[in-house]
Amino acid sequence: MKPRFFMQWRQPAVAAAVSQEAAGSAPPASALAPAKGHKPVHQGLSDRALAWLFVGPTIVLLLAFNIFPLLWTIYLSFTNFRANKPNAEISWVGISNYQRVLGDEAIWLNMRTTAHFLCWSIVLELLLGFALALLLNRRFRTHSFWSTAILLPMMLAPAVVGTFWKYFFEPQYGIFNYIVSFFGGPEKFTMLGDVNLSPWAIVLVDTWMWTPYVMLILLAGLRSIPPYLYEAAEIDRASEWTKFWRITVPMVMPFIILALLFRSIENFKMFDLVDQLTNGGPGSVTELASIHLKREAFEKWRTGYASALAIILFVAIYGMSLVTVRFLDKVKQR
Amino acid sequence: MRAAPHSPLEATSASKWFAGSVVIAYAVLSLIPLVWIFMTSFRTPNDAIAYPPKVITQPSLIGYVNLFTTRSRVGADELAALPPATTWYESLVRDQQMILAGPSRFKDRYINSLAIGFGSTLLSVVLGTLAAYAFSRFRVPAKSDLLFFILSTRMMPPIAIAIPVYLMYRQLGLNDTYTGLILLYTVVNLSLAVWLLQGFMDEIPREYEEAAMVDGYTRWQAFLKVVLPQAATGIATTAIFCLIFAWNEYAFALLLTSGTAQTSPPFIPTIIGEGGLDWPAMAAGTTLFLLPVLVFTVLLRKHLLRGVTFGAIRK
Repeated sequence: MKPRFFMQWRQPAVAAAVSQEAAGSAPPASALAPAKGHKPVHQGLSDRALAWLFVGPTIVLLLAFNIFPLLWTIYLSFTNFRANKPNAEISWVGISNYQRVLGDEAIWLNMRTTAHFLCWSIVLELLLGFALALLLNRRFRTHSFWSTAILLPMMLAPAVVGTFWKYFFEPQYGIFNYIVSFFGGPEKFTMLGDVNLSPWAIVLVDTWMWTPYVMLILLAGLRSIPPYLYEAAEIDRASEWTKFWRITVPMVMPFIILALLFRSIENFKMFDLVDQLTNGGPGSVTELASIHLKREAFEKWRTGYASALAIILFVAIYGMSLVTVRFLDKVKQR
Repeated sequence: MRAAPHSPLEATSASKWFAGSVVIAYAVLSLIPLVWIFMTSFRTPNDAIAYPPKVITQPSLIGYVNLFTTRSRVGADELAALPPATTWYESLVRDQQMILAGPSRFKDRYINSLAIGFGSTLLSVVLGTLAAYAFSRFRVPAKSDLLFFILSTRMMPPIAIAIPVYLMYRQLGLNDTYTGLILLYTVVNLSLAVWLLQGFMDEIPREYEEAAMVDGYTRWQAFLKVVLPQAATGIATTAIFCLIFAWNEYAFALLLTSGTAQTSPPFIPTIIGEGGLDWPAMAAGTTLFLLPVLVFTVLLRKHLLRGVTFGAIRK
């Protein structure tokens, strides 16, 4: 998996610069190119040394704080280490942690909760985001002001968002309760305490927060469609419907998939919002995999077991993104 | 985003009216929670839990006073025996049958957020700028692999590396320190900084620095005097994105800090615990916490897309 698809969206200026460079080094130099070619005059450190000096610190930090911990997690996942007993002897337990994670029904329930939450929130965000992007693309007066206003929720801290939504969902005096009963709902409407409803509370808040994000990406997609496509369709007297399905949707498709990819990665990792909003409850109906992981690692201190779960999660996220990127490449080739 | 000269989607004024009203309705609806929190921060605790909810209430600063102070309850006769209150906030507190006991920890947590946010932002922007320049201009061995490696570090769930980081920090004594969180946030932000800044650097023609080097500058001087000023907008944009991340981060802050270095996101929810549910104080803390983000969103609106998609979509 190379970062190929990321590169393809570069501005044309980059491609021009690259081809210019290629042209500059071609043997029969054009009339404008200097006879000696492009080689800059070297003073001080060589470019190669500078390159290492510049990239080095970043690589070292990433190795120290990402790769090293990741390898450590892999190591721990094969042991029975407990972080609250640092002096106890660490013994190698083979793949039994993985067997226990994968054989645990609770984990599969967590995974199912995560998947449900993921699917519903992403479907809602995509539908709402696409609708909003289509509408905003009509450039009514003051549209840029309103698009900025819409973007605000996605810039907030999920943990703090979770906290104040808890206030709205409060069954005694919460505004959400009031709105529901105003429209003929039950007098004391419990959202977060209800086994059936609390997953929907997460979906609702997540959709509120992240619809702007999807809208932003899709708006960029819509604005990248060259107008001549529509002009050609106009000449052919194509209906609005045909134009939408034959031009708009296919042209925006790569952006839809990119939004899908970023949202799924983020939602799979999601921790802050749920930790504050429901903390996995009531019972464990909103216990996402990440919440479960935190409990195992930092409340029950089953470090080895939690490490195995962490690795499984990481592999799932990585696999998911790999598949999506492949799919994206395919869509872009068409 | 390039403006299409005459997009066919730009149809009749009737359709614009429709689009405009739906979008404005959505925007207003989605901003109601934020407006409500802002209004709650100026309510009294009783008004905040009134049912049915009161929209218009007598404004009060008690939420902000409660946010910044700790108080203790005293009896009526004891209160009457006290000398008159010297400050406006003290009299507000006395109206609640309480006296001031001291400052709260909110100010410290807010300062922690600022220090850790700016510290990590500075580090990640400096390191990210250097790396991005190298990736943009030099032939770095295995460049695309390195770039992808940098990107893939963002896929890791923070919780997945939290265990070893926690152990590592405990060993090194970095738990609950500024250094610990600053280093960690720097690393998380580095991937974003490198990818974003490389895009900005790629847009600066390399002829500029080549001309400077022909004039006798060294590569380093050309970088400092020619490239950096050109990249200033990109660097500022990147800095704000890094700052927002560090400002909002919760998982690591929750697991790695408990006292001295704790930031606002794990702290604000705990405001509720002090003497029952003090929603106005919580709302006041939230409002103060969200204010910088509001400003940054307005500043960033042109670059938001680039930042949130990692520069994968370039405008």
